[in-house]
Amino acid sequence: MTALLERGGRRGRRPRGRPLLHTSYKQDMALLDTPGKRRWLSALLVIAVLAPFMLTDDILQLLAVGFVASIGAIGLNIVTGYAGQISLGHAFFLAIGAYTAAAVSGDPDGKVIGFGVTSILVWLPLAGLAAALAGVIVAPLATRLRGLYLAIVTLGLVFLGEHIFKEWDSLTGGPGVGRPSAVPELFGIRLDEAGAYSKEQKLYLLMLVMLVLFAVLARNLMRSRVGRAFAAVRDRDIAAAIIGVDLRRYKLLAFAISSFYAGVAGALMYTVAGYFDPGSFNLLLSVQFIAMILIGGVATVSGSIMGAMFITLLPRITRELPGVLPFISSESKDTPNVFQVETVLYGLLIIIFLILEPRGLFGIWTRIRNYWKAWPFSY
Amino acid sequence: MTEFWQSVARGLGNGSIYALLALGFVIIYKSTRVVSFAQPAFMLAGAVLVTYLAAEVNFFLALVLSALAVALLALGVERVTVRPMVGKPVFVVAIITLGLDIVIRVIVNGFIGLDVRQVGDPWGLQTVNLLGVPVQQRYLAMLLTTALMVAALFAFFRYTRFGLAMRAAAFDQETALAQGVPVGAVFATSWAMAGGLAAVAGVLVGSGASVDQNLWIIALKALPAIILGGLDSLGGAVAGGLAVGLVESLVGTYQADLAPWLGQNFAVVSPYVLMLLVLLMKPYGLFGTPEVERV
Repeated sequence: MTALLERGGRRGRRPRGRPLLHTSYKQDMALLDTPGKRRWLSALLVIAVLAPFMLTDDILQLLAVGFVASIGAIGLNIVTGYAGQISLGHAFFLAIGAYTAAAVSGDPDGKVIGFGVTSILVWLPLAGLAAALAGVIVAPLATRLRGLYLAIVTLGLVFLGEHIFKEWDSLTGGPGVGRPSAVPELFGIRLDEAGAYSKEQKLYLLMLVMLVLFAVLARNLMRSRVGRAFAAVRDRDIAAAIIGVDLRRYKLLAFAISSFYAGVAGALMYTVAGYFDPGSFNLLLSVQFIAMILIGGVATVSGSIMGAMFITLLPRITRELPGVLPFISSESKDTPNVFQVETVLYGLLIIIFLILEPRGLFGIWTRIRNYWKAWPFSY
Repeated sequence: MTEFWQSVARGLGNGSIYALLALGFVIIYKSTRVVSFAQPAFMLAGAVLVTYLAAEVNFFLALVLSALAVALLALGVERVTVRPMVGKPVFVVAIITLGLDIVIRVIVNGFIGLDVRQVGDPWGLQTVNLLGVPVQQRYLAMLLTTALMVAALFAFFRYTRFGLAMRAAAFDQETALAQGVPVGAVFATSWAMAGGLAAVAGVLVGSGASVDQNLWIIALKALPAIILGGLDSLGGAVAGGLAVGLVESLVGTYQADLAPWLGQNFAVVSPYVLMLLVLLMKPYGLFGTPEVERV
C-alpha cells in the first residue's frame, strides 16, 4: 500500500491500465471517480443538450418540469436523506419560493402584487433566499424535536401555509383563481415566448442548466465537511454532538439549504405552466416529493433525479393505460379511471419500494452496474 | 352566553371524535413506535361502509359491523405491509403508512363517487334543551360514545390479561417477548383497535352531516391532539382531542369578531397553531414521556 502511494505520489497519477485503482485521497473523493462514470455522464449530457432539437414540445415540457422537480427533490434529500431530519413540509417551502418569484417578477399593474423585475438573475436567488429564511425560522423546532414529532410539526406547517396562501389573495389570487407565475427573462430574452426557438425548447434548456448547476453544488457540498457533519447527525445525533458537531448549527444549515433548493424549484416549477393556484401546495405535493426521494434513493443526488423524473413521467404513462387495459376509463367520472390509478400507483410504489428495495432506483442501478462490471462472472 | 355554551358543546362533541382518532394513533404508537398515517383512510372506510350498511340494517348494528370490518381490514394491512418492516427505522414505516393511506382512500373514494352519502343516523340535526341551552343531539351522542369507548379501553388495559400483555410490550418489547407475550399478536391487535376506533369516529363525523371525499382531512386534526397530549399517553390523547375540539370551536365562534385579519377559515388550522405553541414550551407534549437517551 505504501509503495503504491509513493509510486502514485501526491498528485495521484494512476498506474497505466488500472483505471479503477485510486492512489490518492483526492482521486477517492473525485465526483467522477471511474472512467465509466465520465463516459456515461458525458454521453447523457450530450443527449440531454441535443434533445430539444429532436423531441416534440409536449415531451420537452414534461422533461423540463421533471428537471425542476429534481431540484426540489435534491433539496428534500439534503434535509431528509443526508441530514436525517424528516420533513413533510416541503410543499410550504416550494410555495414561498413560487410566490416570492411571482411577486418580484409580476406585472406591477396586475390584479395581484407584482414589482415588475423580470430578470431571472434577480428573482431566482430571491426566491431561494426567502424560502431559506423560512427554513431558518422553522429549524429551531428541529433542534428541539426528533423523529416523528418533527414529521408531524412540518405537516402542520403545510396546513398553516395552505391557509395563509388561500387567504392572502392580494398575493396569490385566492383559491380557484390563482395568479400568473414568475416571468422568465434572461439577458433581455423572454424564455416563455416563442422566438427563434420555441418556448418549450428555451425553458427546457434553462431547467437543464439549473439542474446540472444545483446537482453539482449538492454533490460537492455533501462530500465536504458540511456533508460529513450532516451524515453524522443523521446516523446518531448524540454521537455527533460528542465528537464536536454543533447540532443546532448543522440542523439549521440543513433546513436552510434544503429550503433554498425548494424555493428555487418552486419559483421555476410553474413558469412552464404559466399559472398556479394556492391550493396546489398541499400535503399531496409534499408526499410526492417524499415519494421521489424514496423511490429514487435516499441520500443520493442521482437517485433524487431518477425519482423525480419517474414521478413526473408517471401521469404520462398512466394516461396511456386505457389503450392497453380497456377497463380503465380516461373520464374522471367513471371508476376506475386513470387519475385514480395514478394516485394508487404513488401509494403502491412507495410501499413496494420501501419493503422490497429500500435503496430505490439508485440501488437497482448499482446492482445492474455491478453485474455488468463483473460479467461474465457473478462477482 | 348561550352562544358560548353551544360553542363549548360543539367543541366537546367534535373533540371527542378527535379523541377517538388520537387514541388509535397512540395505541399504535405505543405498541410499534410508529405514527400510522393510515388512520384517515380507515376513518373514511368506516363511514362509507355505514352509508351502505345503514340502508339494510339498523344504524347501531351498522356501526358495530363497520367497526369490526375496518378492524379486520387494519389487521390485514398490518400483516401484509407493516409486519415485514419490524426492526426497520420508524420513519420508513411511517412513510409506508402514508402510502397505504393514499391507496385505501382512493379505493374508498371510488365507492363515494361525486355525490355525498348519508350515514342514516337517528338524531340528525335535532336539538335537546340542556340547562336552558339548546344543544344538538349529535354532539351529546359523540361525547357519550367516546366516553363509553374510552372507559372500555381503559378497563381493557387495566384489568384484562391481554391488556397487561399490551402494556408490557409497549414498555419493553424484547423483555415482553422473553416473558412469553405474543408481541406479533399485540401489533395486530393494536392496529385492529385503531382501525375500529377510526371507523366509529368516521361514522360520528358523518352523523348530522354527510360523507364526502374530503372527510379524511378531519382525521389529521388528531395529529395536533396527540402531539399536545404526548405521543405515548392514552389519557393525553383524550385530553388533547377535547382541547383541540374546544379551541377549534371557540376560535370558530369568536375569531371573526375579535381578529378578522386571521382570515375566514382560521378555525380549521387553529389546532396546528396550538400544537406549535405547546411544542415550543414542552417538546414532548403535555403528558408525554421525555425520551431519555442512553449513550
